[in-house]
Amino acid sequence: MGLKSNLHKLKEKYKDTKMAPAFNAIHTFLYLPNETAHNGTHIKVADDLKRTMNTVIMALIPCLIFGMFNAGYQHYLALGEIQRVSGGFFSSEFWTMANFTVGFWKILPLIIVSYVVGLGIEILFATIKKHEVEEGYLVTGMLVPLIVPIDIPLWMLAVAVIFGVVIGKEVFGGTGMNILNPALTIRAFLFFAYPTWMSGDKVWVTGAVERTNEIVAGAKLDVISGETILGSLAQGKEFAYSTWDMFLGFVPGSVGETSTLLILLGGLFLIFTKIGSWRIMLSATLGALAMGLIFNGVVNAGWIGEGSKFYSLMTTPYWHHLLIGGFAFGAVYMATDPVTASQTNKGKWIYGFLIGFISIMIRVFNPAYPEGVMLAILLMNVFAPTIDHYVVQGNVKKRLKRLKVKTT
Amino acid sequence: MSTDIRIKKGLDIKLVGEADKITTELPISSVHAIKPEDFHGIIPKLIAKEKAQIKAGEALFYSKADERILFPSPISGEVIEIVRGAKRKIVEIKILADKTQQHQDFEKKDTINMSNDEVKTHLLASGCWPFIKQRPYDVIANPNNAPKAIFISGYTSAPLAGDLDYTLKGKEAELQEGITALTKLTTGKVHVSVNLNETLSPFVNLNGIELHKVSGPHPAGNVSTQINKIDPINKGEVVWIVTPQDLVIIGELLLTGKFNAKRIIALTGSQFNTPKYVTALPGAQIKDLVSDNLNSENTRIISGNVLSGNKVSIDGSLGYYDNQITAIPEGDDYEFMGWNKPIFNKVSTSRAFTFSWMFPKKKFDLNTNTNGEHRAFVMTGTFEEVFPLDIFPLQILKSCLYKDLDEMEALGMYEVAPEDFALTEFVCVSKQPHQKIIREGLDLMLKEIG
Repeated sequence: MGLKSNLHKLKEKYKDTKMAPAFNAIHTFLYLPNETAHNGTHIKVADDLKRTMNTVIMALIPCLIFGMFNAGYQHYLALGEIQRVSGGFFSSEFWTMANFTVGFWKILPLIIVSYVVGLGIEILFATIKKHEVEEGYLVTGMLVPLIVPIDIPLWMLAVAVIFGVVIGKEVFGGTGMNILNPALTIRAFLFFAYPTWMSGDKVWVTGAVERTNEIVAGAKLDVISGETILGSLAQGKEFAYSTWDMFLGFVPGSVGETSTLLILLGGLFLIFTKIGSWRIMLSATLGALAMGLIFNGVVNAGWIGEGSKFYSLMTTPYWHHLLIGGFAFGAVYMATDPVTASQTNKGKWIYGFLIGFISIMIRVFNPAYPEGVMLAILLMNVFAPTIDHYVVQGNVKKRLKRLKVKTT
Repeated sequence: MSTDIRIKKGLDIKLVGEADKITTELPISSVHAIKPEDFHGIIPKLIAKEKAQIKAGEALFYSKADERILFPSPISGEVIEIVRGAKRKIVEIKILADKTQQHQDFEKKDTINMSNDEVKTHLLASGCWPFIKQRPYDVIANPNNAPKAIFISGYTSAPLAGDLDYTLKGKEAELQEGITALTKLTTGKVHVSVNLNETLSPFVNLNGIELHKVSGPHPAGNVSTQINKIDPINKGEVVWIVTPQDLVIIGELLLTGKFNAKRIIALTGSQFNTPKYVTALPGAQIKDLVSDNLNSENTRIISGNVLSGNKVSIDGSLGYYDNQITAIPEGDDYEFMGWNKPIFNKVSTSRAFTFSWMFPKKKFDLNTNTNGEHRAFVMTGTFEEVFPLDIFPLQILKSCLYKDLDEMEALGMYEVAPEDFALTEFVCVSKQPHQKIIREGLDLMLKEIG
């Protein structure tokens, strides 16, 4: 075993040097370490954090590949070069090499920037703090390209990743210690620092800005809106997408968020592998439906007129909220981050429900940006320890009560 | 009267190498080594000096904290060496066995007519006191306390653990005598738990006990699990615990006046050619017990079970309380792409390309590889699935790490022992040393609160 023993020798050589964390980080990707249990349990489960994180990445891959095709599809559709999909999920208009190529060359740089910058910072901090490189960024690094608009400038993404990893995670002590979801911290940074790149109708379809400029200069192109469904709804505009389009994902939006079908499959995969919390996913869905029903009810009761600027979002059938925007993606991949979610099982129900509930509330009432999932999850990240505190206090009180019964 | 307890949360780890029900009577090992470290928290004060001749049952050392607590030699012979470590700490006391064994005579007792104090004094004097442990803190019982109840777990559920119904067969008289003595020590009840499906248990027909029938996966056989379901410990309360094989020693002492620590040990694990039972005394040399039965190439030998036992070398000795030796392969090798390839030959509670869930009956040959590196706590909800106590495992572990005594107390530290966290440690993807964290937490509480 040439490679194995050579790497082992190198590992011994780098041991206790500054290079060790960086070297080990790469080494452990190739080989599961030769570490053995000493005291405590002499055997351990097959899973480690790398396997756990890798499972989440696998669940994200279908969304990523779909996002690549969708990027090209939306692009050519906007140019008027192709027709809308007609044959369901496997429509020939969608799954073309041309579509994929456009998306691939737009999205690959996002992935590379996300991983290179993010892992670079992780390794830097691991070297400074002399600990092993932890795997937390593996998932974050894949989530980030999937939750940004496709045309985001790479330098902006790099700045946001630096901010997100340093302020969102490393200042708290690294993986496992952070309060806010790092991927959403990165997105929130982009959203508040560069709002014009994160909303409106110019960012969701690749090449939209150039196209608008050409139209202004007098080019005769069809003006097809590059707006998301939520954007259209917020302005009370009509949109041309069917419910099936929304469910299957043939709509503009952040790279990976559009296909509810694939997100649903990814969610089921995470539940089956026991990596993602079904409690959070289910309760978030219930919370969203509950808020949607309340809004529908308010409209039906006639408390709000057609003149209201919230009217069109409030009249959206309650279950449509699950299909549009980033709700499904957020509930399945972001809310379930075990570090920033509630850690108790009872707490997960409350945490998930409130995420769903508040997501739809912000979505409807937010005047500037018609999506609430990001803010709802970040808000509940902050409250998760409080929820856990009260759940744990329940157990503590039970114990005290038992004592009281005994002593009286 | 008996009550049934059903445990739902837990995990049976099925391993290769269960002991066949054959017992080989071994001659007494020539050298025995007693390690004060086996008695957690005890600072030993030597009684037997080097070259001293001692009988079986005679004290080797006593506890600095309470000089009434004596620790006896299991054999008669000559103290040949006192091995000391850093700061002259006593590591082990080696005794060379006599050809013919002599036992110190502690006199037969009429247990039924003894008082609380008489039983206590007798057990202390005869060196049987260390067999009684207490909760909270999982240490040797403090003789000054009055326990609210005494618990005996009459069956084991740990991986490959020896079958107590088999090893205790024919010991009913000793067990009954031991129980009678224990009933004198508490004003409360003596609770005994047996497996729901085992009707052969020698405990079933004993008098003076409260019998409970337990079913479910490991840790159903752990005494903490049973205490938590039967009569949980509150702040300020103390319960005592005796294991069945130690109860037999106490019973025999009362019946015959002899301290006879001989017990049946299960040799288990895939590295044994024929896993079986042998007789041994505590402190016996491992190599005498395993002889040529063991495949010793690259083998981890454990005195105890794979979850909570101690690593020993082939030249080491059997732990004072242990009734099992496990031998499994060492896992000190690299595995190519081991973190993401599909895994069929290891146990996992997830289904993340690990397929042990497809083979619920399969017995696995696990090695000692950690299958990953030490990380911060990340996953949540996995511990709860294997932890049956009404306690939040992750939260109590974290409270031990940041040493918040009030929180540790509020979350239920008085009810737990390190072994209760063996399964959570096994399933931990962050490979955190749960049992060590809990042990250090308990030690801190013992020191600060007492």
